[in-house]
Amino acid sequence: MDFKLDKSHQLQQQLFRSFAENEVRPLAKEMDENETYDLGLLSKLQKYGFLGIPYAKEYGGCGSDTLAYTLCMEEVSKVDASTGIAISVHTSLCCSCINNFGTEEQKQKYLRPLIDGSKVGCFGLTETNAGSDVQGAQTVAVKDGNDWILNGSKIFTTNAGFADTCVVFALTDRTVPASKGLTAFIVDLKEMPGITVSDNIERMGIRAASNCIVTYENVRVPADRVLGPMGKGFKIAMGALDCGRIGIAAQAVGIAQGALNEAIKYGKERKQFGKSINSFQNTQFKMAEMQTKIDAARLMTWRAAIAEDNHEVFGPLAAMAKLFASDVANEVTRFAVQAMGGYGYCREYPVERMMRDAKITEIYEGTSEVMKMVISGSMKLK
Amino acid sequence: MKIVVCIKQVPDTAEVKLDPKTGTLIRDGVPSIINHDDRAGLEAALQLRERVGGTVTVVCMGPPQADVALREALAMGADDAYLLSAREFGGSDTYATATIIATALKKIGFDLVITGRQAIDGDTAQVGPQIGEQLRLPQVSYAEELDVDGDYIFVKRQFEDSAHVLKVKMPCLVTALSELCEPRYMSVRGIVDAYEKTVTVWGFDDLKNDLNPEWIGLKGSPTNVFQSFGKKMRDPGTLLKDLTADQAVEAIMEKLIERHII
Amino acid sequence: MSKDIYVVVEQRSGAIQKVSIELIGEACKLAADSGEQVIAVLLGYNIKDKADMLIHYGASKVLVIDHPVLEHYTTEPYVKAVTKVIKDCDPNIVLFGASSIGRDMAPRVAGRVHTGLTADTTRLDIDVKKYQEYLKTSTSLALQPERVDALDTSDRYLKMTRPAFGGNVMATIVCRNYTPQMATVRPGVMEMPKKDTSRAGEIVPFDANLSMDDMNVEILKVVHDDKKTVDITEAKILVSGGRGVGGPDGYKPLRELADVLGGEVSSSRIGVDSGWIEKDRQVGQTGKTVHPNLYIACGISGAIQHLAGMEGSEFIIAINKDESCPMMKIADLGIVGDLHAIVPKLTEAIKAYQRSQTL
Repeated sequence: MDFKLDKSHQLQQQLFRSFAENEVRPLAKEMDENETYDLGLLSKLQKYGFLGIPYAKEYGGCGSDTLAYTLCMEEVSKVDASTGIAISVHTSLCCSCINNFGTEEQKQKYLRPLIDGSKVGCFGLTETNAGSDVQGAQTVAVKDGNDWILNGSKIFTTNAGFADTCVVFALTDRTVPASKGLTAFIVDLKEMPGITVSDNIERMGIRAASNCIVTYENVRVPADRVLGPMGKGFKIAMGALDCGRIGIAAQAVGIAQGALNEAIKYGKERKQFGKSINSFQNTQFKMAEMQTKIDAARLMTWRAAIAEDNHEVFGPLAAMAKLFASDVANEVTRFAVQAMGGYGYCREYPVERMMRDAKITEIYEGTSEVMKMVISGSMKLK
Repeated sequence: MKIVVCIKQVPDTAEVKLDPKTGTLIRDGVPSIINHDDRAGLEAALQLRERVGGTVTVVCMGPPQADVALREALAMGADDAYLLSAREFGGSDTYATATIIATALKKIGFDLVITGRQAIDGDTAQVGPQIGEQLRLPQVSYAEELDVDGDYIFVKRQFEDSAHVLKVKMPCLVTALSELCEPRYMSVRGIVDAYEKTVTVWGFDDLKNDLNPEWIGLKGSPTNVFQSFGKKMRDPGTLLKDLTADQAVEAIMEKLIERHII
Repeated sequence: MSKDIYVVVEQRSGAIQKVSIELIGEACKLAADSGEQVIAVLLGYNIKDKADMLIHYGASKVLVIDHPVLEHYTTEPYVKAVTKVIKDCDPNIVLFGASSIGRDMAPRVAGRVHTGLTADTTRLDIDVKKYQEYLKTSTSLALQPERVDALDTSDRYLKMTRPAFGGNVMATIVCRNYTPQMATVRPGVMEMPKKDTSRAGEIVPFDANLSMDDMNVEILKVVHDDKKTVDITEAKILVSGGRGVGGPDGYKPLRELADVLGGEVSSSRIGVDSGWIEKDRQVGQTGKTVHPNLYIACGISGAIQHLAGMEGSEFIIAINKDESCPMMKIADLGIVGDLHAIVPKLTEAIKAYQRSQTL
């Protein structure tokens, strides 16, 4: 048991931190207000390997691991949660599916450009009538010769506005429950006729992220783009979401730590009743409490990441990390706004954005309620 | 082309705080970084290698903890790294430091040596030229632009009020200004690779055949620190009001002259 | 036995640099303490006529090394010439200006003659009593007088004091076992001596065995750039404007003030957000962090985010109408008043002062 990062991870953390401070922080406010992700920043993320962290060098990845990926997620999310989700959806949802279920050929053809920094990925599972319960899924794929013809619509597809590759799930067998009838496909959003990506969906937080409705109308998908076995789409998607939750937990830790850091900095300078607000014991105790919770969330996140790196069962650990960390992110950002008073509520300071951004961590990639289902499901309660 | 870049690990002076009572440095918790000018020099070397081929070797003299500075250089793209580290090297001034590094450079071999102009902790700007002197190399200090063509380098060298564009035959030595290049970040893969590589550590025994032990370390250094101390703590500020504009100007002029600003 | 204090005089295109005159002045003070002479070493091409001036400022003797290879500064011929002087004359002390030329040449000279060199010094002492006085009045050692009193007052070595760690600490360096004792000295720190045209001295040509082949680099071009891209973090002096400047035109007098001081103009966030000035001049949390020697805050109230970017400045002057604003509290000199009236007058006053100081 060693709670200290090794030297390689320390240096990676240093890279993530300095990149976030110098490249991401200056753009965060503007991107949030414009509700648009800066594509120049995206290409820098690609250039320095932020989009291929836990994947093997033989496929063009960085050869690092999930723990390093959580460090990246935390550091970028400290200054901009939207950058966090762009990296997370690409890495955990899109790439992990191809990495875990793709054939050798598919990995060379589709995974390599995603993790070597040439292309960006997204993930199409959620539909208007199928969120946590996949049973309502209506997107279908019908065999036509050697190809499949896709029809349907996916909502909340993060990164869709600029992504190249999408792992999308469609029913290939409507005679069985959706959990057994879904199949995964690798589609090219920019090249395939029949795909329409909507404008950005207007949201409360992570407003810089791209999040769209993707409509598939008679989209012809060659058979070599079927990912994994027929009918195993649900399993593939759930595996991806297990991975994704580690990233979201790390994102929540980042948002929380970023907000607390802002409040600490402000409280050092801000004077009320003749002294800095950080010199009031009430503030000190509150900050101690917040930091303790953030640290606990971080350790849970690292534990889940290390379990994944060690090929152990990590789904329930990831769920616990996300459940706890997302709660902490909301509590700490609320505190930070309160601690900074009227200024905290002003858009000149980043904490109001962080408070808006924190909320989504309790919702996406499985709500907190779903996390409790996953956790209790592993507890042999019945 | 074989480029050797000399780097120094320094405390980030922007993070150094002073003890308000004693005026001494508080170095605890101050992060160590690669000196800014040296990073720019490394970036220039990497760009030259991308243009004309060859290798980039980094050399650092320092304690074992300086290993991380070399890993960082490797993670930015350097090909190999040497750490010069020995108790005998400790306490070296610029002359002794240059003697040790020059000895290592002879052993490593080079076409072009790049150092930073000066380190942010010592601020001497002497080690680069003194390495050049020990190796009897032509030098160009204060480089703000650098290019190579065949056996020659072309350098724009900055002075206070002008610049010279110089042509120099290799082997030679260049000291880099931060303005020379905007250093790249490490890449994630570069860091993973850096920790899979070996940093060659050379101690006194590895260099002793060419190194006069009388000329290195604290004892071999011509200069020694006689006293070190802090500046006097900042006097409480003066607030002047109800002045005419002329009186205000007079008050400001007095300070500017007193502080040798004009 | 090594003796006398040598000053390596810097000239550019035949113009003697001010720092060299400052060094002659400082060398004269040291020479009075040590009973030595001040000897100026003048290197260049067609520069013999400048030697008189060095005598007038205090040198007892000028060694003139006049050779075409010295027309423009390049390292090797200059180093060779100064080394020859040291080998032949055996000086006790050699001083250089800590300019880009001095700091290029001196380390190689020190390396070639195998002696110590102290970089970028801001104070020199031979007399221990004067040094003790300095330590007690101007440094943190004021708190430890017993340490200061313990110094050996018979010590005649040159005590070379310089800032390190970005100016956070000071160190005094000595070179006891090698000669000459050498230092480069920061321009603008030592006092200018008075010129006395009645002063007489010896002017001696010195043959340094130079040839055109000594030049091991080729100068392709000499560029006089006046306009460089702005990096306010590099500026030693910043004249910074805030809400109080009132608009884009309000920066003009600030620019004029910065120009006469050899500094740059910077801004608080309001100026940038209002489009009055370019973004790369913004100081503060969302702008740049600066550590200039002098920061003149004009009409800047000092929001936390701005202070975070400039509180590391060495000396802060604030001009503001509001005496209770945060900037006034951290300023070393706070002037309550109208910047529009003060700044132009200040610029004129500095110009007048500079004219009175020119050689």
